[in-house]
Amino acid sequence: MSLNNLDMLYRQVIMDHYKNPKNKGTIDGDALTIDMNNPTCGDRIQLQLQVKDGVVEDAKFTGDGCSISMSSASMMTQAIKGKSISEALHMSESFSNMMLGEDEHFDDDIQALQGVSKFPARIKCATLAWKALEKAVKS
Amino acid sequence: MDVAAIRQLFPALHQEVNGNPLVYLDSSATSQKPQQVIDAVKNYYEHDNSNVHRGVHTLGNRATEAYEGAREKVRRFIHAKSAAEIIFTRGTTTSINTVAYSYARANLQAGDEIVITPMEHHSNLIPWQQAAKATGAELKYIPLQDDGTISLADAKATITENTKIVAVTHVSNVLGTINPVKEITKFAHEQGAVMLVDGAQGAPHMKVDVQEIDCDFYAFSGHKMLGPTGIGVLYGKRDLLENMEPVEFGGEMIDFVNLYDSTWKELPWKFEGGTPIIAGAIGLGAAIDFLNDIGMDEVHQYEEKLVHYAIDKLQTVEGITIYGPKERAGLVTFNLEDVHPHDAATVLDAEGIAVRAGHHCAQPLMKELGVNATARASFYLYNTLEDVDKLTEGLLKTKEYFGNVFK
Repeated sequence: MSLNNLDMLYRQVIMDHYKNPKNKGTIDGDALTIDMNNPTCGDRIQLQLQVKDGVVEDAKFTGDGCSISMSSASMMTQAIKGKSISEALHMSESFSNMMLGEDEHFDDDIQALQGVSKFPARIKCATLAWKALEKAVKS
Repeated sequence: MDVAAIRQLFPALHQEVNGNPLVYLDSSATSQKPQQVIDAVKNYYEHDNSNVHRGVHTLGNRATEAYEGAREKVRRFIHAKSAAEIIFTRGTTTSINTVAYSYARANLQAGDEIVITPMEHHSNLIPWQQAAKATGAELKYIPLQDDGTISLADAKATITENTKIVAVTHVSNVLGTINPVKEITKFAHEQGAVMLVDGAQGAPHMKVDVQEIDCDFYAFSGHKMLGPTGIGVLYGKRDLLENMEPVEFGGEMIDFVNLYDSTWKELPWKFEGGTPIIAGAIGLGAAIDFLNDIGMDEVHQYEEKLVHYAIDKLQTVEGITIYGPKERAGLVTFNLEDVHPHDAATVLDAEGIAVRAGHHCAQPLMKELGVNATARASFYLYNTLEDVDKLTEGLLKTKEYFGNVFK
């Protein structure tokens, strides 16, 4: 594999999110707060959700981690805003399937993470934010 | 030391990874195995496979001789007084837990202290956290200095008359720091405490003389020193081990069993409940033979040369931060500016270079260093200066790659 093959992983849109993350920060006022880390590598994320009438009105995150975990968090918060909880969970399921190499399609930037499925060691980086979302919903 | 010839003896080193020749720089996680070790395990299963210490039959005798022969090899390797002081375990973690369960819980109470350092691997940290919680003892840390070492003055000041156990790593798996375990043992003994040395990164890379260190316990793993996974060693001074209760009860470790009470075998078998790790011990014995043929002082000097070369070379990479002291064992932990270590490790892997990225099972130390993760290149006797050159080139490419994707 030459470095060119890495372009499958590090798509420009991913690096854009890494460099200029969306929804990075904290929510003022009442919010559902979930901390999640990846014990094998030390990546950590704090996800905050504001849910009203079953709809995600706002989503923000803070954290520290690699380009894949942080860009994934940025994309996810962007995608779930305005969605119902069940829609968000459905997306989470689709995302997990995509990481397993299944044919899933996202209409937004998230699609760029499809290449991660070819790098098994990095799948957990991409799913960290989604795991936090699932944990938040369960609580 | 003829490294080219040594490399020939390690089959796993001769392969391509992602289209490039493998450069294996993760020996602190686990070492590669020479053919001799693989053959010893294979030979046992093909010819001598049998349970130990019970068969009257020929294979049982062969297996017992090989297993106990390995114990004697370990005894000589670390210069223990008696083979009764060599307990085979699953690895360093099990060795330390054995002391934390058997010795610590029986001998500690509220008001007592356990002293460790912030550079401990989780395996020499969490067993003591748990022992402290279970007994009411206090866990104390010898502070870490800015250069990644601990000072003798701090060690002396931290260990008090209330200290009952001191547990310190021989070599830091992150910083490469070689700790003055002999001097710290002296401080421990002056205060009536016992000293445990975590030798997971020590025994594979340098000559170890437990009688010279005078430590009470020394723990290490086979798989980091060319041996198989699943085998490790707990060395303990005989008089201490004699007075300790076993942690696991069952077959192999008993003397007499009555309906309501039993007695234990003598050392070291009272600590080896169940069918032991026979093939693993035999493989470890073969690994020790291999290391002895080269000589541990040779191994240590060669790794020193490698690590000095690596530090000089890596420092030429702009934006690199190297953690730890100048004088160190054969590993370099670093970070590249603006590139997360996982991303660096992925790019290096694409070049066939295997390094570790993450917290290296030392989260409190990462906090002290002010980072969440680092990358680590660790060396062993089969690595070459050329491997270091490839790592350096790989890091330059990593910077270039991320420089480009960021544009």
